Amino acid sequence: MSIPVLKFDAVIVGAGGAGLRSAIQLSEAGLKTAVLSKVFPTRSHTVAAQGGVAASLGNSEQDHWTWHMYDTVKGSDWLGDQDAIEFMCKKANEVVVELEHYGMPFDRTDDGKIYQRPFGGHMSNFGEKPVRRSCAAADRTGHAMLHAMYQRNVKANTQFFVEWMALDLIRDEEGHVLGVTAMEMETGQIVIFHARATIFATGGAGRIFYSSTNAFINTGDGLGMAARAGIPLEDMEFWQFHPTGVAGAGVLITEGVRGEGGILRNSSKERFMERYAPNAKDLASRDVVSRAMATEIKEGRGCGVNKDYVLLDITHLDPATIMKRLPGIHEIGLQFAGVDCLKEPLPVVPTCHYQMGGIPTHYSGRVVMPKDGDMSSVVPGFYAGGECACASVHGANRLGTNSLLDLLVFGKSAGDSAVEDLKAGKAHRDLPKDAADKSLARISAIDNRKGGANVHETRLAMQRTMQDHAGVFRFGDMLKQGVSKILEVEKAARQLEIKDKSMAWNTARTEALEMENLIEVAKATMISAEARKESRGAHVRDDAPDTAEFPNGRNDKEWLKHTLFSPVDNSISYKPVNMQPLTVEPVELKTRSY
Amino acid sequence: MERKDYERLRWRCIRRALLELDITLTRFLDDGFDKLTDEEQQVFVELADWEDHELWYLISGKTECEDPRFAPIVAAIRKS
Repeated sequence: MSIPVLKFDAVIVGAGGAGLRSAIQLSEAGLKTAVLSKVFPTRSHTVAAQGGVAASLGNSEQDHWTWHMYDTVKGSDWLGDQDAIEFMCKKANEVVVELEHYGMPFDRTDDGKIYQRPFGGHMSNFGEKPVRRSCAAADRTGHAMLHAMYQRNVKANTQFFVEWMALDLIRDEEGHVLGVTAMEMETGQIVIFHARATIFATGGAGRIFYSSTNAFINTGDGLGMAARAGIPLEDMEFWQFHPTGVAGAGVLITEGVRGEGGILRNSSKERFMERYAPNAKDLASRDVVSRAMATEIKEGRGCGVNKDYVLLDITHLDPATIMKRLPGIHEIGLQFAGVDCLKEPLPVVPTCHYQMGGIPTHYSGRVVMPKDGDMSSVVPGFYAGGECACASVHGANRLGTNSLLDLLVFGKSAGDSAVEDLKAGKAHRDLPKDAADKSLARISAIDNRKGGANVHETRLAMQRTMQDHAGVFRFGDMLKQGVSKILEVEKAARQLEIKDKSMAWNTARTEALEMENLIEVAKATMISAEARKESRGAHVRDDAPDTAEFPNGRNDKEWLKHTLFSPVDNSISYKPVNMQPLTVEPVELKTRSY
Repeated sequence: MERKDYERLRWRCIRRALLELDITLTRFLDDGFDKLTDEEQQVFVELADWEDHELWYLISGKTECEDPRFAPIVAAIRKS
């Protein structure tokens, strides 16, 4: 079968913040650049980011990138690589000012500077007091960012392939990456994008969990493609959760609800936070509340048919106060829980929000993997940035507003590195004869299989398994069972069947292909989480508690290292954390407390 | 609506930037869209093309419909 080949200098998969930022570098350098996206670029999930982008501009008060760096290392619970963190924090001002020049409508101070507001975890003078570091455009920072960068790309002649799904990474025998196979949704046609540089900017994979704030599009396509091409995934056990998402929907309920007097209750209507945090009760910190909720559910005191959520009760509050102080919460209850929160409690559950791990990269955006004893050998022709990549700057936990910074800095960095490598003048390497065979075989199997597994049911089984066994608070026995269960789900995910066989706009086929990506991420997460026997950042285990020897359950002696999950044989290896910044003194290890 | 047009619309509703719209629009397509007249379905196609924040504000009642054609469709989405 003859497959059309489109030749580009660079192909970028994903048109969210990281993909658009990379494309600017390549197109403005005069390189022929294609960007593939499942949706129109300004429909990417970056749109949902509201908080802002961190940069130590010092517009509102004194600030310095070394303070930002300190906060990020501490936030990462010392798992972040300090060279990458220095690189990101130092570059922050530059990328924010560039965005302003692209036309980004940042909020301004009276004297015309970019307005900055405080955000959790960002402090002045190495943790002394909160600092105003977040630059925002009202509550639409991500949206404004995408528009500014999309327009810049149009000006630079970037070629967009909208409503195309990348299927598989193409690598030759020597391991060089030569592009991707992709499917045009409108026709179902498969095409090879043959490129000298391939950049992944495919975002996160939060849809592996039953309860997730991520839009449906976050199916970890880049991670799935990397895994199928034999590239390991780094630190996949680390996922950030919010304590209160609407059960079954994932839509966030602001912490302000508990601030206004909301009470968490279990199936016996007991105010269980009194047992876990006798003083702060429902106003305890995010991790304490999440842990208590997970424990109630695990011990059988959850609510509903599956006993898998708890209740957030505000029925005792004055309705007028609720409508005035918590606008939106009533509507969220009605739309996503079918509950009038003035009369009934809301079902809530700790909800996945952000993926800290991903495709391993150097801070230059080049993808790295173990080879011949070198744990960070560059994969030639392959780059990644944003949530799908792991540089690693977020380590075991991410600070708010550092995600938009990540996609700007590492999107740009990946683009710059690709430009540098391409300007060295390397021609397109020959495509292997079987470049599209794996993709064609996968699609043919999905289209023709009879008696296979249902996509929706398989996805639900995966999401339930991840939520129950690798959620916000983890238990050794549950993780062990979770590994067996997810491997069972994987068997079904390898045998998907669809009823619709049409070529054009076959959403069933697209969802089946997404499911094949999700399962790679789910498996990597479960196996990596089971293997890490300490608590660190967002990975908190019941059997690694806070002790005098191991404060917060963190064990630096044994576990100050990055996990690398190999999809080839489901094995785990480890590589050291880079504790050496580029130009400054390291941030020394200490207990993380706020 | 022809299959191809419906499936294109479906993709553009089930893969939004905001989770809130993924859920409400998917639900409406599964239960409600079929009950619209041909003309109303075309109005829905127009609405689905809106920017995510604007559309969610409209559906969640944070903003009002200025175009009277949209009001019954928005009401139907809210009810689905």
